[in-house]
Amino acid sequence: MAQTGTVVDIKDRGYANAEILVSTDWVAEHLKDPKIRIVESNEDMLLYPSGHIPGAVQIDWTADLNDPINRDYIDGEQFAALMQKNGITPETTVVFYGDKSNWWASYALWVFRLFGHQNARLMDGGRLKWEKEGREMTREVPKYEAADYPVPRRDDTRIRAFRDQVLQHVKSGKKLVDVRSNPEFTGERLHMEDYPNEGALRGGHIPGAKNVPWARAVNTENGTFKTAAELRDIYEKEQGLSQNDDVVVYCRIGERSSLTWLVLTELLGYPTVRNYDGSWTEWGNGVGLPIEKP
Amino acid sequence: MTEKLEELLEVFSGISDRGERAELLIELADQFREVPERIATRPFPESHRVQRCESEAYVWAEPQDDGGLKYHFAVENPQGISARAMAVILDEALSGASPEEAEKVPTDICFTFFGKDLSMGKGQGLMGMVTLLKGLAKQYALARDRSSQ
Repeated sequence: MAQTGTVVDIKDRGYANAEILVSTDWVAEHLKDPKIRIVESNEDMLLYPSGHIPGAVQIDWTADLNDPINRDYIDGEQFAALMQKNGITPETTVVFYGDKSNWWASYALWVFRLFGHQNARLMDGGRLKWEKEGREMTREVPKYEAADYPVPRRDDTRIRAFRDQVLQHVKSGKKLVDVRSNPEFTGERLHMEDYPNEGALRGGHIPGAKNVPWARAVNTENGTFKTAAELRDIYEKEQGLSQNDDVVVYCRIGERSSLTWLVLTELLGYPTVRNYDGSWTEWGNGVGLPIEKP
Repeated sequence: MTEKLEELLEVFSGISDRGERAELLIELADQFREVPERIATRPFPESHRVQRCESEAYVWAEPQDDGGLKYHFAVENPQGISARAMAVILDEALSGASPEEAEKVPTDICFTFFGKDLSMGKGQGLMGMVTLLKGLAKQYALARDRSSQ
């Protein structure tokens, strides 16, 4: 099996909730486990049909999780239908993985949490680690028997933040983490490199936000997460956050910040972290919203 | 625009189902053949590298006896399926055509092949492939015209 750099065992990394992550080895051992559903979530629509982990289904953030008209997520009924279609019950352990160091997989996991599906995990290292290790991939799309999933209520209060709430958060001087790249944070660039469609009229950041680009939480060589001690060095020693802070994270549309939400909430055990999915595409275009430029 | 390109555009503009589109693109990507060694070997020169392409794609143009150009490609990222599909499309549609015909190809044809929900990141890379191919065709035509004067 190809080497992808030394990886510290997940249980030895000091995470608040080590169970949120599973290793590629663990996934390989649970491919046929009926209590597990492996879900691939990508940015690139061609990756899943070109080959995926045997037994994995695809949940696409655009086609499956977003409302096709309103800028919002699907509702409880649509979520229940999506679960039924993919043979997922409220008891099923859903294991997410995907491209781009699990950006979209983290986003999907966060949306599942909005609907109260707690039994969700992320495959450390994502799709690329699985591929680099030369593990089995298939083009066969599995069919699962329709499962029973009661219609859940979407809870937007605990882990999701809206524009007006963020404005109050700013006025109260509470903590914000901007996970975009530094040129986006400083306002030098109005959109992420290569994503001009997701730009904004104004450059800069939400007043008081700390800039910690999302990628600092992962090891570049294999996409696995850094240890809790390494993460604390970044978010706490360097940026001055502490576990009991009320934190809002954001990026451009809320996908990169889902990964940081997961790091703070699950890996470091912060109880109050909300993802502002309106993010810079809303704030940077919003009339009258305060902006800070360095 | 070449007849072959028009045919391909017509096939793809008739597809509304995402799954069907993905399947067709993957079938094309599977037909990808990397640039032969007689044209280029690693490390590939930066001058043939597509700008803003996250799949690290390269393009070459090889003159044919009849005055047309044959295009060759390399895609270094193993996950670069879109780039490989685009390479096969461009090769099928434009190889053998005159450089003047290649120059006329609109850069944004990738949105017809990949759909309007193609992410901007991918869109930039795929448009970059067309831009580089057109640039190579233009360079060739200029050199040819200069030498015939």
